[in-house]
Order: sequence, then C-alpha cells, then structure tokens
Amino acid sequence: MTYLAKPKLHHPDLPVNALGHTRRDYEGAVSTLCAGCGHDSISAALIQALFEMDVPPHRVAKLSGIGCSSKTPTYFLGNSHGFNSVHGRMPSVLTGASLANRELIYLGVSGDGDSASIGLGQFAHVLRRGVDMVYIVENNGVYGLTKGQFSATADKGSKSKRGATNNDEPIDLVLLALALGATFVARGFSGDKTQLVPLIKAAVAHRGAAFIDVISPCVAFNNHAGSTKSYDYVREHNDAVNRLDFWPSRDEITTEIAPGATRDVLLHDGGTVRLHKLRDDYDPSDKVAAMSYLESRRARGEVVTGLLYVKPDSADMHDALETVDAPLNALSDADLVPGSVALAALNASLR
Amino acid sequence: MAPRQLARVNDFVVKFANVNGSGSASANGLFAKAVLRMGVPVAARNIFPSNIQGLPTWYEVRITEAGWRGRRGGVDLMVAMNPQTWDKDVAELEAGGYLFYDSTKPLPAAKLRADVNALGVPLTAICNAAYSDPRQRQLFKNIIYLGALSALLDLDPMEIERLFAEQYKGKEALLESNRKALHMGRDYALANFACPLPMKVERRDNVGERVFIDGNAAAALGAVYGGATVAAWYPITPSSSLAEAFQKYCARFRTDKATGRKRYAILQAEDELSSIGMVIGAAWNGARAFTATSGPGVSLMQEFLGLAYFAEIPVVLFDVQRGSPSTGMPTRTQQADLLSCAYASHGDTKHVLLLPEDPRECFDMAAQAFDLADRLQTPIFVMLDLDIGMQDWLVEPFAWDDARRMDRGKVTTADELDAGKEFGRYLDVDGDGIPYRTYPGTHPTKGSFFTRGTTKDRYARYTEEGPAYVDNMQRLLRKFETAKSLLPKPVIERAPVPTRAGVIWFGSTGAAMAESLAELERQGVHLDRMRVRAFPFQDEVGEFIAEHEHLFVVEQNRDAQLKMLLVNECGVDPDKLISVLNYDGTPITERFISREIAEKARLFNVTPIRKLAG
Repeated sequence: MTYLAKPKLHHPDLPVNALGHTRRDYEGAVSTLCAGCGHDSISAALIQALFEMDVPPHRVAKLSGIGCSSKTPTYFLGNSHGFNSVHGRMPSVLTGASLANRELIYLGVSGDGDSASIGLGQFAHVLRRGVDMVYIVENNGVYGLTKGQFSATADKGSKSKRGATNNDEPIDLVLLALALGATFVARGFSGDKTQLVPLIKAAVAHRGAAFIDVISPCVAFNNHAGSTKSYDYVREHNDAVNRLDFWPSRDEITTEIAPGATRDVLLHDGGTVRLHKLRDDYDPSDKVAAMSYLESRRARGEVVTGLLYVKPDSADMHDALETVDAPLNALSDADLVPGSVALAALNASLR
Repeated sequence: MAPRQLARVNDFVVKFANVNGSGSASANGLFAKAVLRMGVPVAARNIFPSNIQGLPTWYEVRITEAGWRGRRGGVDLMVAMNPQTWDKDVAELEAGGYLFYDSTKPLPAAKLRADVNALGVPLTAICNAAYSDPRQRQLFKNIIYLGALSALLDLDPMEIERLFAEQYKGKEALLESNRKALHMGRDYALANFACPLPMKVERRDNVGERVFIDGNAAAALGAVYGGATVAAWYPITPSSSLAEAFQKYCARFRTDKATGRKRYAILQAEDELSSIGMVIGAAWNGARAFTATSGPGVSLMQEFLGLAYFAEIPVVLFDVQRGSPSTGMPTRTQQADLLSCAYASHGDTKHVLLLPEDPRECFDMAAQAFDLADRLQTPIFVMLDLDIGMQDWLVEPFAWDDARRMDRGKVTTADELDAGKEFGRYLDVDGDGIPYRTYPGTHPTKGSFFTRGTTKDRYARYTEEGPAYVDNMQRLLRKFETAKSLLPKPVIERAPVPTRAGVIWFGSTGAAMAESLAELERQGVHLDRMRVRAFPFQDEVGEFIAEHEHLFVVEQNRDAQLKMLLVNECGVDPDKLISVLNYDGTPITERFISREIAEKARLFNVTPIRKLAG
C-alpha cells in the first residue's frame, strides 16, 4: 500500500468518455490493501468497465460486508454513496436499498468469508429474489484481516501458509448461484483483466441477479505452493470457456472479430455480448449442462472461467413485486397517505 | 337448594373454553360484536396456545357498561366446550355464576358445582339431528351456542343477523344456514330456561364512535399513514399479523388504480437478520421502512441495530412482545423486552422507544415513529405486546389531519449542494446532535459519503483516532438528548386528594390500571399517577418521582425492567420504587393490581397526606 495521496491534477490528454468524465472520476481513495492484492485489480477492472460504459458514477450504490474485499468500495467510485455494512449481511442491505430506489445501479462487493461462510444464507436468498444487481465475490479462500484462516471456499486438501491442511469440502459459489436461480453467473480471475472487464460490463447491463465469482489471490496469506487460490495455481488451471466483447446498445459492432466460433447475446438494456467460444461444447444458455461441466472440471482441480450462464430475458424483484416505476423513496404525501376521508370510512367498518 | 343466581346488568365476564381449530373464534367474535352493537362496551381477549388444532383455547369477553378495558379477573358465565379443561374451567367460576355446556351426554353430579347454575344444552344432539356433514356439525355447533346465549343474556338476535349479513354479503346460502343455526339454539334456550337470566345485557348508548380493532392492525394502518413504503419481516408470533395487515391496507390504499402497480414493497425475509438488514438498506436509501417482530427477533437483530444506531439510519421496528426468555410463551403476553430494546446491541448504544397503551395509540405512534426516525436518524422501537397487538380493543376512532406532511428530517438536496452548502455527513451544524444526510444518487460530484460501522470523522472519512471517536459518541448523546423534546410526554394525573405516593406504568398495563385506581380510591389508597410513553425519559419523569415518597411501578415482567430503566436513567433511589409485577403470560388484571398495591401500601404505610395531617 502507499501513503501518498493521489494528485488532483489530471493530464490534459486523459481520455474522456461520453459523459466527459476521465477514468479518474471513477476512482476512489488510495487502497490500503497489500501491494499485489488481487482485489485492487478487481477495483481497477470495475473502474475501467464503468468508465467505458459511460455510467454516471453517482448513480451507482456500492454495498459491502466486512473483510478485505468489503473494504474495496472505498477505493473506487469516490462520488458514489457506499455502505460498508455488517459481516455477511450485505445482500439484505442491498435488497432494501434496491426496494427504495429501483433507478440506481447496485454493486454488491463481498468476499468468500463474507458470502460463503458467515453470509451463505443471505447470499442464497438475494439471488433467488432476483435483485437487480452485480454481486461480486472477491474469492481468495482465506480470511485476510484476521490473518490467514481458511474460508468456506478453500479447496479440500489445500494448505494454509502455516502448513495446516483444509479438511472440509469447498463451497463452490458459482454452482450454488446456478442452483439458486441467479440469471447471470460468471467467474473471472483478478489476474485476467481482459476477460474480467467485459464480464463486469455485461453483468451491469443484465437485469436481475448477476453474480461474478472472481478468484483473487491473497498475496499475504494464500499465494504459496499448496494453495489452490494462488496466482500460479489459477494460471496453470484456468479453463476459460469463452471470452467476451460487450457493446452498449447504441454502438454498432465494428470491432474486429477474433477468429473462432462466436455467439451474440442481446441483453435487457439492448447491449450485446459477443461470446468467443474457447470450448466448442460449452453453451452458457444451458444451465444443467453448465453445472455438469463445472462439477466435472472442479473434480480435476481446474478453475472454469468465463460467462457460465445467462438468461437474457430475465425479470427482477421489482417485476415480481409489481412496484410502480417511480422510486419508492421519491413518492409524496399525496402518493402515500390515504387521508382523513378514507380513515373515516375505515372507522365506520370497525364498529 | 338451587344455587344463588348472579344478577348483573351489563357488568359481567363470559369466558368461552374451546378446542383450537374448531371454528369457535368466529362465533365468539360475533358474540362480542353483538354486545357492542347494543351500545355496551366490551373488553375481549383471546387466550390461545401455540398450536393450530387440538389444544385448548379461550375467549374472554368482559361486558362492561362502565367501559373498563382491562381484565377484571374471575368468570361469571363459562361456556365450557372443551372436556380437556373442564375441571379448571368450572373451578374458575364465581359462586352464583353460570355454567353453559353441551348436555348431550349426561354428566355425573361430581363434575358440576353446587354453587354454580348449570345450563345444559344438548348441542351435539341438536347438530347431529340437523346436519350430516361432520364439518358442518362442528361449525354450526358454535352458532347454535351463540343462539342459546342470545336468549339467555337477552342479546338482540337482529344484531347478530345483521352481523351475519355483513359477513356473508353475496353468499346467501351461508347467510341462511347461519341464521337457521342461530335460531335452533335460541329456540332451545327459550323453551327450556327462564330467559333471560338475571345476568344480562341491556341496550345502552355507551360505545359511541369508538372502533373495535387490534393493535397490530392499528399499527399497520399507522405505518400506511406514516408513509412507510418498504416492509421486511419474518413471521413470528405475535407480530405476524402486523405485516399482514400492512399488506392488506396497502393493497387497498396504495395500489395505482390505472396500472394496478404498487406504491409499496413488502418482502418476507429469510430471517430477522435479513429483515432488519433490508429495512436499513431501504432507509439509508431514503424510503420509509419498518420491520415487525417479537423478542427473539430483536435478539437476532442486535448487530444490525448497533450499525443503524452508529451509522444513523432511520429504522422503525415494531416489537410485539411475548413471553420470554428464549422461545418462552409465544402466545402469551409480557412487557419483557424493554431493556433488550432500550440498550440493543454491543457497545454504548441507547435507543428511542415508544410505548403505546392501546390500538389507538399504536396508530398514532406508528405514524409518528416514521417522522421521529427521519428527524432523529436513529432506530425507533414501537413497543406493543401480545395483549395490545393481537386482541381487539374498543378505542377512540382514528383521526388524521390532512394538512400534516411527512417530516423527512435533515436531508441535503442537489440544489443545496449546487448552491454551495457545506456537507459533512456527521457535522453537527445545528447543535442538536442531528447531522444532515444525502440520499444516494443525489449529485454527480457533491454530497456522496461512505457509510460504515467503523469509526469515522465528521466528514465520514475512516479514522481510528480516539478524539474523532469520542467527538462522534458525544454528538450521539446530544442527539439522544434532543430526542426527549420530540417524544410523547408522560401522562401525569393527580389523585383527588394530595398524596405522597404515586404509581407508574406503561403500555397495556393501563387497561387494568384505570379501574384499579378507582378501586384503590374507594379503599382510601390515593395515588398520583404517571403513564410513561417514551424512552429516553423527559425531565417530567424524574420530577414526578422526586415529588413522591413511594411509587409503585406496575409492569408485566419478572425483573422490573421499567424500574431498572428509571433507576438507571433518572438517578433515583431504588428503594422508593416498589414493584408490582405480573408475568404469568396472562394480561394483568384489575383485581391483581388492586390487591398488590393495597397490601404493599399497608406495608409501606402509604396513606394520603390528609390522613397523616388529620
């Protein structure tokens, strides 16, 4: 980490997006995480994705739980409201926030301890409710802030830095998310920004519960030989089933297309995801096949990455609740308070 | 020799002993409503088990022309429909009272009481002769006993028929079959007993404009009028019907007529942790939000409540208290969550409590709670209990001032930010300890802040510096002080005779309290009285205590929690406060309070000043 404050001055030639913002406008405070932490790469990917998508920074609400990953919302989108809530309970706070104002973009940032251990219950329920959000787990298999204990995503047989072996079966959040009804499920690797940035963009454009599990090595406590969440291990065992390009709705697709089979997926807001198939047999619209594929690769110790499942025409929680279009937090007395005449009629019915 | 017959008009207690799930609740409710329609007030209480079918359940209706709202204690007419509880039910009757029962099978004399008037009606035989379907036999048995009671107690059958007509509007077949069953019972009683009994109902005009409703429904209605748009809850007795009533009233009042879309959102969460989390998220994001729960739920919410206190989130929480600790007595009443709410969560926390005494105050305080939460930016607890929440009470009609507007508190807008207003989330600009907030998404470059449970400075920046922490905690104390000026004041009344003794209570205890005070006056025990309506306590509370030598503190828990709060917060001598405690799960009665206070008054030599002087 660095103690140097970022200078306010911008280079005059910094590129600007359609809103006139530079990338700096999407940054936050200086990170206090360890140098080389995977989480900082994820923050950088978020900054890049939102900058390139021309998202007004203040229209994003960042919510997190407790842990290293949950600290990161301080380090990006400095002009957004953020909420560092309690351990494992970010999903409920995010759900409530979404109920209050359906117009903002909700970004939930969590870790493997926060989501798979203490927060597994809320992780499950926020996905099955179809809350319109991007839920990112920065997954390193250990508790960083309390110095290296295993979390529930640590693989069985993997070794801690102190030499202890993990005896428990890991929880695979991607498989769980599929089973629980998430309508966008992806896995990325903090060491592969090229793959991660378009995954984030597609997740933002998706309507409904979008979940991204990002393997994010902990350089302090889980980057050694014997770990299955180290940079070396993930690079060696990364089975990327596809790569993405993302186009917002208004752009014509002009980018040069890489060779190989492609498939376009039209997202809810009109954006398009172009999938470059790296595995011919992988179909991200087939949930059952996806689960089977994931399970088989996991048994081999491989880490499957890419867009694993997407249901483009999904509905969200507000659709299910049939709430009005206007944000609930903006409704007036006239919208909400039935008044004295209605009350008199009600009184009459209670005698 | 025939037993004495209690002779009372419009002042007696009828108790129905039933089997849960037998459909008796509807008939019993009709009985209470028919009395009300005759202009005579009732105080009705459903005493039910944690069970859906099979266990004993009771419904107690106190017919009280004087309008007393509490339980009196004792029973004058027992409708004994449950063989399981027969012995206990019969034993509960006053001498000279009446025992109404199903006489289809002859009962040995030993099962009856010589000093009680037996009123046997062959309900099963009448039913079996009239109906072949077992479910009909069971359900109409209840209506048949209602018919027999109407003859015995001189209830106007037309009032019951009118209630049928309202209940079965558009279902003519049901209406007719109920009417028929009613008259079967009525005709039997008229033919076999001297009707009416000397104990009976006479028409009066003592109900007036009052309405008959339970506190959970009233609180839910108050939440609608208070502008709540988000409710997140987890089912728990006795609070579930509050969330369900909110759903019902919202469907009626908040559905957009043109589109059918909803101006509210209700989520049944996976647990209480999640429900309070959702409320916090919604309130942080500028919606008025609440949860309804009971003691065990409040325990589960502790961590989040500390966050809401420290991060200053305007949460409203309805706690419908039940018998505790642990799972305790889910279907019985207590006032035992006072401490766990007042000081909820770890560390130095204190919370605002509102203490309604009846459904009318549930409505008022529910609506007020949302203004208070926004104004104070802190959790507001509205403390109901099962007795208020789940029982129908006869209360003053609800009223609303159409000129009233929601007080959204200190919210800085985009225009104010553009005009150059300084924003620091935890700055005490006005000296009242209450900072300004912005809703997420307000402004592209100004007014955003990071909300956290960890220590922060006045501009919401993370810090672990001691002075910044202390500065913030001191401001929270100032805010708590400010709360006192916004909360409902205690209701203080003087005894007709100057006295050095007083009595203090809160919440549902008030129902029996008024009557006890009248009874104690009659016995020469004069007490000044104070009903506490909110926490933190205003100065008036401490002053009232200081003015008196002895004070009885009447409450419905074992550990004297109100007394503890008073001792702790008002710095009073604990020996001045004499506890009167009822915590068996049943609502406190007039007789219990009167007896306890009369005895303790003798013990402490509590007498009016006049007598001391004379």
